Amino acid sequence: MRLSTLLAAGLLFAMSSPLWAERSILVQSTTSTANSGLYDHILPIFAKATGITVNVVAVGTGQAIRNAQNCDGDVLLVHAKAAEEAFVQEGYGVSRADVMYNDFVFVGPPSDPAGIAGGSDAAVALTAIAETEALFVSRGDDSGTHKKEMALWASADIDPTGASGTWYRETGSGMGATLNVGVGMSGYVMTDRATWISFGNKGDFGIVVEGDPALFNQYGVILVNPSRCPSVKAEDGQAFIDWLVSADGQSAIGAYTRDGQQLFFPNAQ
Amino acid sequence: MQSISEALGLALGLVISADADLFEIVRLSLYVSLSATVLACAFGLPLGALLATTRFRGRGVALVIVNALMGLPPVVVGLFVYLYLSRSGPLGFLGLLYTPTAMIIAQTLLITPIVAALSRQVLEDMDREYAEQFRSFALGWVQRVQALVWDGRYALLTVALAGFGRAVAEVGAVIIVGGNIDHLTRVMTTAIALETSKGELALALALGMVLMTLALVVNALVYSVRATATRSAYA
Amino acid sequence: MRDTASYLELEADAGLSATDLHYAPGRSRLIDGLTLHLPDSGIHCLIGPNGAGKSLTLRLLHGLLTPDAGAVRWRGDTMSASDRVAQAMVFQKPVLLRRSVAANVDFVLKSRRSADPTFRDALLKRVGLEGRNRQPARLLSGGEQQRLALARALAIRPRVLFLDEPTASLDPNSARLIEEILCEERHHGTLCVLVTHDVGQARRLADSVAFVSVGRIVEHSTTDAFFRAPVSREARAYLSNLMVL
Repeated sequence: MRLSTLLAAGLLFAMSSPLWAERSILVQSTTSTANSGLYDHILPIFAKATGITVNVVAVGTGQAIRNAQNCDGDVLLVHAKAAEEAFVQEGYGVSRADVMYNDFVFVGPPSDPAGIAGGSDAAVALTAIAETEALFVSRGDDSGTHKKEMALWASADIDPTGASGTWYRETGSGMGATLNVGVGMSGYVMTDRATWISFGNKGDFGIVVEGDPALFNQYGVILVNPSRCPSVKAEDGQAFIDWLVSADGQSAIGAYTRDGQQLFFPNAQ
Repeated sequence: MQSISEALGLALGLVISADADLFEIVRLSLYVSLSATVLACAFGLPLGALLATTRFRGRGVALVIVNALMGLPPVVVGLFVYLYLSRSGPLGFLGLLYTPTAMIIAQTLLITPIVAALSRQVLEDMDREYAEQFRSFALGWVQRVQALVWDGRYALLTVALAGFGRAVAEVGAVIIVGGNIDHLTRVMTTAIALETSKGELALALALGMVLMTLALVVNALVYSVRATATRSAYA
Repeated sequence: MRDTASYLELEADAGLSATDLHYAPGRSRLIDGLTLHLPDSGIHCLIGPNGAGKSLTLRLLHGLLTPDAGAVRWRGDTMSASDRVAQAMVFQKPVLLRRSVAANVDFVLKSRRSADPTFRDALLKRVGLEGRNRQPARLLSGGEQQRLALARALAIRPRVLFLDEPTASLDPNSARLIEEILCEERHHGTLCVLVTHDVGQARRLADSVAFVSVGRIVEHSTTDAFFRAPVSREARAYLSNLMVL
């Protein structure tokens, strides 16, 4: 029968699918590190040095931590220091190490309805946004960026969630999706600099606020606790962590640029 | 509009240059969704045949449930499968999360109700036509169902196609259970979602065009098989 | 040929018999106390006006429908599964499988576990479809489709053959061929029960005629007697209407 031959041929063609590499680990990570292309730059270097393939699941920090709590991953690489320390303290992770940092920035439309362009104080900018009720688009997804944003609002003594749906818009989506929404409706967005630099749909948006020490964005790495999660590949996972904080790994991170700009700054101790 | 023409150019470029990454995700898309379609047919067809040819108490309720499940949101299916396949879930020991197998499982669950409900309709209509003649032949249930499935094979192929279309186009389930891992579980739809989130709208659109073309080719193949068959042995 | 009265006096165990059948789906009494005794061979026609219940009677006799009351017997015994398997039916509108001509016959043969290409080809030759094996059955003309349906019915070597207006709206050639085959079957000792609107056909073929009116048999006589001197008012009215037309 011609028909079944056809189907079988199609399936066979598709069957030759990739399998798990012989030595591989799974990293639960944030979208910013993946979407900015950092992994595409450093993982081949690591694989060449060790023969270990690193598979990355890129989700929001909140979901990455939950996935790791479910033992669905060997290494956690995110940017929400308090949540990370809690993760380790509660026994889900072995220990935490700083890897690199960059910073958050506020981006906005050239019309700048809140009049915050050129500022370097996050709390002042947020207060101006709230007072002028200028559109602000938030991740609203419990990610590292969202946690940071909420902390900044708190330090400005504002609770924007009461205005949710009016000038304060929560997308409940990733950084890129939120930026697409912000650009689409001309609302301010807080984003990590790496995602912004590598973002392809900037429209006429530009950075309006940067340089506040409060906007500092630290990335940390944690080995998921193998005594809680027997499936964790502790040896290879630890090898990846050791490499990240080693001189080789740190210089690989520092060497990654996009449009001539360095996106992540290594700062392992 | 500019990004649409840009996307068209990108799509053509990707296809003409036989881009290795593109080829890989197209292959994985086909593998996952075709496998899910075959499995969904293996479960859904017998279920549809059973619902079409038997009368039992609660059949009405069963029909309503199966029909309603056609509208299962892919994200819900993805979450459901994630909770089972997660290392901390009941089937975690299988280590299937973030593998193509997990994606096949999720898509199979997603489209089995579609195959069951649509094949039930096809077979029941056909059964209505054949029922008296088959009773006259004194056929058993198995012979009857076999004949219905064989005579309805081209209509059922369209049913399978509907399932495949749904599977290959969904993103919600595969992105949760597959994780959109490069070179491992990245398929057309998750790649499109990724490029969209990176703001690379033209590239996302270009991938969408490739996916559309793929669906077009699969449909055209099935259509031509059916047309040839209609002219020859099947009428 | 039997004499005038014999069909009315046939014993219930002679061949195919229905006793006091009732069939009333949804409270409309479509078959209402129908009694009919047929011998175990020959061609016997059911005639009567539209809606009288001829087709229903055929289906009750064949077992496609179950009567609410009354019984259908074969040679005095309740119909057994093997009696049932030795019956075939040709419907007014043939229901052919979506397969080739040969596959339609093979389907029936295989369902009886007696696949036999030689027998199949002989059957197709008999109904004038030789050499058409590979054609799609559903693309045949109306007359050819009905001849194929007849071949399929004959494939089970039926002891009893039911036919529900098999030649209605067929081309004369197909109708003639089907009548010839029925005569052959009578010769082989098959019991053929034929519903027809064609009085001429009943005259040509039938050994006896049963007249159906409002769900009952009101008259059952030899063909000669029936057409010479119908006894019942209903049959007289029916036949005189036909004469006028």
